[in-house]
Amino acid sequence: MSLIKIWEFGQMSIFFGTFRRASLALGLLLPGAAMADWELNMPKGVTGISAEVYDLHMLIFLVCVVIAVVVFGAMIYSIFAHRKSLGVQPAKFSHSTKAEIIWTIIPIGILVAMAVPAADTLIRMEDTRNSDLTVKVTGYQWKWHYDYIDEGFGFFSTLDRQSDLARQVGSGIDPSTVDNYLLEVDNPLVVPVGAKVRLLMTANDVIHSWWVPELGGKKDAIPGYVNEFWFQAEEPGIYRGQCAELCGRDHGFMPVVVRVVPEAEYADFIAANAPPKAEVVPASLSAPASEAVIAVPAAAPAPVEWSMDVAMGEGEGLYNAHCGACHQPNGQGLAAAGFPAIAGSAVATGDIAAHIDIGVHGRPGTAMAAFGPQLSDEELAAIITYQRNAWGNGTGDLVTPADIAAAR
Amino acid sequence: MSTATTTHGHEDHGPTGIRRWLTTTNHKDIGTMYLVFSLLMFFVGGAMAMVIRAELFQPGLQLVDPGFFNQMTTMHALVMIFGAVMPAFVGLANWMVPLMVGAPDMALPRLNNWSFWILPFAFTLLLSTLFLPGGAPAGGWTMYPPLVLQTGNAFPFLIFSVHLMGISSIMGAINIIVTIMNMRAPGMTLLKMPLFVWTWLITAYLLILVMPVLAGAVTMLLTDKYFGTSFFLAAGGGDPVMFQHIFWFFGHPEVYIMILPAFGIISEIIPTFSRKPLFGYSSMVYATASIAFLSFIVWAHHMFTVGMPLAGQLFFMFATMLIAVPTGVKVFNWVATMWKGAMTFETPMLFALAFVFLFTIGGFSGLMLAIVPADVQYHDSYFVVAHFHYVLVPGAVFAIMAGVYYWLPKWTGYMYDEKMGKLHFWISAISVNLTFFPMHFVGLAGMPRRIPDYATQFADFNMIASVGAFVFGVSQLLFAWNIYKCARGGKKATAQVWEGAQGLEWTVPSPAPHHTFDTPPVVK
Amino acid sequence: MDQTHGYYVPHSSNWPFVGAIGLFLLMFGVSTALNGAGFGSWVAWIGVAVVLFMMVGWFGNVISESEAGMYNLAEDRSFRMGMTWFIISEVMFFAAFFGALFYARQMAIPWLGGEGNNFFTHLFLYPEFSAEWPTNGPNALGGDYQVMAATGLPLINTLILLTSGVTITIAHHALKENNRSLTAWMLFATLSLGFIFVGLQAYEYYHAYHAMNLKLSTGIYGSTFFMLTGFHGMHVTLGAIMLTVIWIRVLKGHFTPSHHFAFEGVAWYWHFVDVVWLGLYIFVYWL
Ligand code: HEA
Ligand code: HEA
Ligand code: HEC
Ligand code: CUA
Ligand SMILES: [Cu+2]
Repeated sequence: MSLIKIWEFGQMSIFFGTFRRASLALGLLLPGAAMADWELNMPKGVTGISAEVYDLHMLIFLVCVVIAVVVFGAMIYSIFAHRKSLGVQPAKFSHSTKAEIIWTIIPIGILVAMAVPAADTLIRMEDTRNSDLTVKVTGYQWKWHYDYIDEGFGFFSTLDRQSDLARQVGSGIDPSTVDNYLLEVDNPLVVPVGAKVRLLMTANDVIHSWWVPELGGKKDAIPGYVNEFWFQAEEPGIYRGQCAELCGRDHGFMPVVVRVVPEAEYADFIAANAPPKAEVVPASLSAPASEAVIAVPAAAPAPVEWSMDVAMGEGEGLYNAHCGACHQPNGQGLAAAGFPAIAGSAVATGDIAAHIDIGVHGRPGTAMAAFGPQLSDEELAAIITYQRNAWGNGTGDLVTPADIAAAR
Repeated sequence: MSTATTTHGHEDHGPTGIRRWLTTTNHKDIGTMYLVFSLLMFFVGGAMAMVIRAELFQPGLQLVDPGFFNQMTTMHALVMIFGAVMPAFVGLANWMVPLMVGAPDMALPRLNNWSFWILPFAFTLLLSTLFLPGGAPAGGWTMYPPLVLQTGNAFPFLIFSVHLMGISSIMGAINIIVTIMNMRAPGMTLLKMPLFVWTWLITAYLLILVMPVLAGAVTMLLTDKYFGTSFFLAAGGGDPVMFQHIFWFFGHPEVYIMILPAFGIISEIIPTFSRKPLFGYSSMVYATASIAFLSFIVWAHHMFTVGMPLAGQLFFMFATMLIAVPTGVKVFNWVATMWKGAMTFETPMLFALAFVFLFTIGGFSGLMLAIVPADVQYHDSYFVVAHFHYVLVPGAVFAIMAGVYYWLPKWTGYMYDEKMGKLHFWISAISVNLTFFPMHFVGLAGMPRRIPDYATQFADFNMIASVGAFVFGVSQLLFAWNIYKCARGGKKATAQVWEGAQGLEWTVPSPAPHHTFDTPPVVK
Repeated sequence: MDQTHGYYVPHSSNWPFVGAIGLFLLMFGVSTALNGAGFGSWVAWIGVAVVLFMMVGWFGNVISESEAGMYNLAEDRSFRMGMTWFIISEVMFFAAFFGALFYARQMAIPWLGGEGNNFFTHLFLYPEFSAEWPTNGPNALGGDYQVMAATGLPLINTLILLTSGVTITIAHHALKENNRSLTAWMLFATLSLGFIFVGLQAYEYYHAYHAMNLKLSTGIYGSTFFMLTGFHGMHVTLGAIMLTVIWIRVLKGHFTPSHHFAFEGVAWYWHFVDVVWLGLYIFVYWL
């Protein structure tokens, strides 16, 4: 990062172009007006808990303000009234047991008064019993996977394509032209309104944290452990949040979107997605493999003929979604960040078995995760075929789902 | 900061030139080296913060790759904490503790030199990772596994530089404890010690008790990555969260390590410029000790979202809230010291006053963070970033600046430029709020921390924060310039320097001679 | 407190800076070696050599100053306090690893087995796993292994260390009574016991690796076992070397019945190593 660049940046007209907005912001700060459409505070949210949390937040905030007024008031008074330039003589006192006892006891009282409602809310937050619906949430670098474990299906939820294009360094796309920039996903989590939804949170690689402010909080997704979190949304709507635990390069780009819908719409959603009993999973490559926990119908052979065209066609999108963050859509990788290029890579142009192996099993101890558990045979076959043929790799190899299955 | 001492004081027959600094055992020389090193690191860490703020100036990625952004965040924090703030306090302790207790030097002078010289090497190791393939560590200063285990070549450099910093801090702390406990002038009983000495004594205990724990934690990271252990790996029966417990057992006391000496400095400055004795001296001492004690039983308030059992959450919430009580006692005592005093407002006092206001604001947001149900909303958002910068920048850093202005005449023998000092203060005080106050808003509105790019509704406040940060950054050049000028010359300082100043350090001439108190003074 | 008069403040010294360079080379070398650079371990060994050189030089200075009578009670007290706090910092270093052991045994393992609020952890991720100690985790990392028994070698080692605690105490009393030959003999006994301990420990490791398939990579049990006993073993080795130095100094006629800080410092260190072992024996081998 050159300092020159920052300097030029300061000089650039962007500064003036956006200056208007900055002055607007300052303007809003002063009169305290027009705060309605201005997000300065914690949202009240749409769950009982989130509203309680909001009230608690306002309570402690106001208590702090009151104490601040008293303490700062005394200080400011003394700064103005007890200054040498007014010719005052300094007093000599240096302690007062009475005063000190008072200002030890009173804060303790205030703290107790805060602690009681806080503990009360906390105990309710921790009560995960009697849920109506359970979804297993798995954090991946850098996407979420939702498993409707009672219904037997699941899907990945990744950053929306529009945002993804706009957020590349030097993309030239103005983020303000993208709807819900960075807060939109391809497949949101869908839940019925009024239901107590229990989320079982875990992660596949590193720690992530699932956070939607309007649903009243966050919970860490920890690899190797399952955490519980619940919410009960009272109003239909679309609620947005982000991963809140640093999880690597694209931590800023794994949003959480929850659609809270009326019961009927939810039923439609389930009907459209749940695998009808005994029927075959459609080879639609966007339906990924679920975790082993629930009995997923065995992946039957794809109805479509597996060909170079199919593999390359599906491979590109899948590659961009799952590998592009590191190896980059142009296959050049990011040497500076330790992500090797696939274009011209010895692995991607050499032995097929080794290439499949790294795709399925990853490289332990590096950011290169095992994609075997994340992706279906078809998906991985398409991606690897794509990697072996795109960007002039041109090996002409067609990897089939059976090859992947054999390597698992 | 001071080169003037070479020409004054009685002759030292040691080596001259660069070898003098490499081999010195003099507490003043070593203090000076610590302070210069710290200023340098403040600028390095600050430059990284400027990269962060430049990227966050507006939505979209304009300048840096997200991976590099994470490197900047991580390195910024490590450099500021271990390179700027801690060494600054150690430097102040080196200079002032022997002067304040009437000792001829630190108790273990050679060890003192070693403690210092390890630091530049530690930071060479750490900063060199910026030039390694794969870049610097990017897992956050908290180094949580499994993410940090994905660090490439920089990983062992990170671990071993932390080890070196730990060795340096522990030896420095031992030296300070021994000096205070063993080298006091006759009559200087514990309860006559200046508060800066007291707060440092307690800080040194904290350092000795927690730095080795950090060393243990990062050692486990090292073996998990390279030697197949599974401390933080569930498959082998470990737990990634275990690292967080061990880290924060160090990390929370660490934040008090960065604030207790600041309390000490402020407790020296306010009485001086109020021309009135410190209010409630002994309750200040007890409050400091209570804060230190409590700091050991609150660590998990950084981990309210990891899925701790309810009882644990309640315990850590209550314990954390309790810290407001002794800290409040301190704040009230400072106010009571000013009350009915005869105040003047030279630069050190201005910084001290800003400290009291702004640290308290940071303390309030800390208290809000302690409330678990609210923290699950605040956690890992910019609200936390706002909190800790309030306690660290207008908190710890302002206190250091106040201390530097306060004691600079004693070090150099000259008065610094008061006008420039005041200018530095006002620009800093305004811009620091411009930088960090809006972070409360975006945090509450849902902006997570450690992200290089953000949704458009956070744009305006981020822009304000960035502008504030640039102004704050540039205004620090005034600070450096003022120090440089003051070391070079100016109006001669008297021994007492400040009208209301009390204490042994003001009984020796300005600049303090190379050797002081060879014959111990007698304190009545 | 009034002893500060004429407190000995050494003028400049090269050794600390040399030490800093040594540590830097050591750490830089190990880092590059871990990154796979061939020269790394060379650099590390040079670092070790520099550190050793520094220690010989620095301690040499201190010893000759001490023998020249430049230290009086105040300096002596500084050294004692310094040593005490150094040992406390070492205690905290071990506390981190003991903490890891307790956390794994009391928290992590039961949770993986489904206790507390981790019912689903067990149900979803490790339905086969039953929480018990010792364990190499739900995925049985490192494969089948045998558990290190508390009897046999470890018990012998415990007795050795306890005995060495007694011998060093006898040596100390003998020194105070100016019985120098007893001091020397008892010191010799102590350091011999120390080295025997290290030898047996090395044998135990060899046995663990080759006959029991118990390794550093044997899940959390192997990790805690080897890290705790390994760091302890390193401290015993260091302590035994320090004892050797003290022994040689006694043979050379150093120390007086009233003035022997270095001796006491080493004795304290030795007791610390002893106590850590007792903790280890109880929590790592026995319970
Ligand atoms: C100098 C450093 C410093 C100091 C002094 C503090 C002081 C406090 N901190 Fe802060 N804290 C940090 C540095 C510091 N902190 C850092 C660096 C982090 C983030 C680390 C990371 O994740 O990277 C952090 C994070 C942090 C968290 C975790 C947030 C999260 O990640 O979710 C919490 C939660 O409890 C917390 C609480 C507190 C409290 C209660 C205090 C108290 O000590 C404050 C007490 C002071 C007052 C309350 C004001 C004065 C008192 C009165 C005027 C009396 C009357 C008042 C009342 C009765 C209310 N801090
Ligand atoms: C003592 C500690 C300390 C100090 C002093 C600071 C000082 C500053 N910090 Fe720091 N910060 C931390 C400790 C500290 N910080 C920690 C612990 C984190 C968390 C890291 C993590 O998440 O892991 C953090 C994270 C952090 C973030 C969040 C990053 C993220 O979450 O992605 C931001 C964002 O604005 C920030 C900004 C700043 C700024 C603007 C300053 C300013 O005060 C700095 C001002 C100083 C200078 C600017 C240097 C002097 C001047 C020059 C170099 C001249 C040149 C100037 C220009 C070119 C303008 N800091
Ligand atoms: C989180 C970042 C990340 C993602 C996402 C990722 N990789 Fe990788 N990949 C890496 C890293 C890091 C390496 C280098 C590993 C090493 O050091 O051995 C790598 C190496 C590789 C290599 C070997 C390249 C070579 O020349 O050594 C192949 C092939 C590969 N990845 C395929 C894939 C495929 C297929 C996907 C998607 C299904 C994918 N990667 C997604 C990070 C990633
Ligand atoms: Cu996932 Cu941050
Ligand atoms: Cu804390």
